[in-house]
Amino acid sequence: MSHTNDYLEQLENEAIYILRETAAQFEKPALLFSGGKDSIVLVHLALKAFRPGKFPFPLVHIDTGHNFPEAIEFRDKLVNQIGEKLIVGNVEESIKKYNLKETAGRFPSRNALQTYTLLDTIQENEFDACIGGARRDEEKARAKERIFSVRDDFGQWDPKLQRPELWDILNGKVQKGHNVRVFPISNWTELDVWNYIQKYNIELPSLYFAHDRECIVHQDKLVATSQFIQPQEGDTVVVERVRYRTVGDMTCTAAVPSQAATIQDIIDDIIQTRISERGQTRLDDQLSEAAMEDRKKQGYF
Amino acid sequence: MNTLRFITAGNVDDGKSTLIGRLLYDSDSIHTDQLGVLQKQTKQEGVDIDLSLITDGLRAEREQGITIDVAYKYFSTKKRKFIIADAPGHEQYTRNMITGASNSDLIIILVDARNGITEQTKRHASVGSLMGIKKAIIAINKIDLLNYSEQTFNQIQSDFETIKKELNYDEVIYIPVSALVGDNIVRKSENTPWYTGKALLETLESVEINTTKDLASRFQVQWVIRPKDEKNHDYRGYAGLVLSGTYKVGDLVTILPSKIETKIVKIEKNLEEINEGVAGDNVVLHFEKDVDISRGDTVVLSNQLPLESNQITTWISWLDNASLQVGKTYLLQHRFKNVRVKVQEVNRKWNVNQWQFTEGDTIQLNDIAQVTLRTNQPLFYDAFDKNSKSGNAVLIDETSYNTVGALMFL
Repeated sequence: MSHTNDYLEQLENEAIYILRETAAQFEKPALLFSGGKDSIVLVHLALKAFRPGKFPFPLVHIDTGHNFPEAIEFRDKLVNQIGEKLIVGNVEESIKKYNLKETAGRFPSRNALQTYTLLDTIQENEFDACIGGARRDEEKARAKERIFSVRDDFGQWDPKLQRPELWDILNGKVQKGHNVRVFPISNWTELDVWNYIQKYNIELPSLYFAHDRECIVHQDKLVATSQFIQPQEGDTVVVERVRYRTVGDMTCTAAVPSQAATIQDIIDDIIQTRISERGQTRLDDQLSEAAMEDRKKQGYF
Repeated sequence: MNTLRFITAGNVDDGKSTLIGRLLYDSDSIHTDQLGVLQKQTKQEGVDIDLSLITDGLRAEREQGITIDVAYKYFSTKKRKFIIADAPGHEQYTRNMITGASNSDLIIILVDARNGITEQTKRHASVGSLMGIKKAIIAINKIDLLNYSEQTFNQIQSDFETIKKELNYDEVIYIPVSALVGDNIVRKSENTPWYTGKALLETLESVEINTTKDLASRFQVQWVIRPKDEKNHDYRGYAGLVLSGTYKVGDLVTILPSKIETKIVKIEKNLEEINEGVAGDNVVLHFEKDVDISRGDTVVLSNQLPLESNQITTWISWLDNASLQVGKTYLLQHRFKNVRVKVQEVNRKWNVNQWQFTEGDTIQLNDIAQVTLRTNQPLFYDAFDKNSKSGNAVLIDETSYNTVGALMFL
């Protein structure tokens, strides 16, 4: 044979297939764009799936109001570059509208509140499918999820009653009011994502690369000081060379000490590190072993 | 480097989770923070880490100590990348096992050396074979509890060789293991000097993966790209997956169902022009003639036509709590094409206990049978054992939209 597909090509083929299947089977899909590396890769894959045509869906960003300015800046630049539509749902607005209570503590996560905004945005725009960049290797509840994951009208995931999903035949038919979460890069690992970014030299927000940043040391984790997190008395404040391994909220995403200036450096970092992505960087997943499972049951993606 | 997708199946206490835990642990694929959680959860005295906890993902699973749904796990060695579908063993959750099996190249069936081949073993072996898996590893586990008995190993091997005759595996490999102690998992064990084969991991690294590259060429249109803007006014591309074989620029093809013949004038992949697309590639085909082609249409080489019929006999694996109803209309999803079907007749059922076909026309959850379907328009397809990519479909309930059956055309 003239060529064999290596694993990155296999993963890419699978993802493009899923994106096209989503476009074909749903009336109003949307691509959830967070500004993080996984959703940036999704946009890159969508370009391959649909160009020279336009995307058959808008990008949707659920803005928690606690985002890194670098991530928002990058988002706007990318949207402008590709000339596709962006819809922003604001968590601030949901908090006012529903009189939601923020999580207590110094490093509040708006992860749970985000769900309200997401479900509202889905309803307002009548989206019947939301494409997300979640991966099965991230977390053990995610490891169980289908590629086309059906949610009821409350956005809830029922992990004990998932539809069979046979071969690569994807059944996107749902009853009215239900919708589907679609995960094209389910089978990618963190390292696969980075290898792919390197292979195609995909541009990322500067946060992912080593830079000097003022951080508070909190239980062995480095949390950047910002308008949301101010140092208090008794805090150890350091300026360290760090990078972000995941890009979430400024309030609950930890930076990791790193000298990695290039994508290759980051890949070397990840190969050597013995701590998982979420374990190293998310303050909100450590609350309980089933934190993610519970959030997903409530409509989180 | 390529990827092997495999499924693990076994009875509740056969040590399946421990086996996967051992593979991941000994190949350094578990992160330290995850290990920390496991150490916290391990309650057994004298045991440092309960390896079986690695795979249980849902709260209900941890509570009940069982696997309910498939969990996917990822690891890699220098030779290959692996995706494990860790599937439930309970009969109640067979449909979840089927989900895992349908995307696997290989099945590892765990057999407790003390119990030998059980009904569950037979069910798992049937499901794997039915869903199109061609390679099987029979991992004869807990061999340490029988003093590494060669005789037991030989007995189980010969028992499985007998039942294998009714199944479609190309290759079955037998390995004596102890998942708990680690014998023959990552390294060959000194405790089984009589065993001449490879350890499990080395077997997984070297087993050959079947491809559909050398089969007749099959392509279905998934998505039509027609930008209609100024720059791409005449662009009309047909995106889809090459299911099998090869498509080259210049090939004479037939579009089905219209049966119009035309030539491929251009093939694109990832926005670049290529000369040929092979099985597994997502390509965009362009044709010489401006013909009416839509999603679900099949494009084949004109000298390799598939079967065409509106009456199809097929294997069915039933996945719904409500039983199959003869005479009721269902939707059949043949990848990108949906047609309506009626089940005309149940021909025969596969009885796992008796290991033979039996009569009967009610089909319930987890039943495996052969049925005849009538479709509202002709399907273009292949027999599943000739082409696993164009010979399968799913059955969908018309009101609940649940996936209720897996179809493997005969």
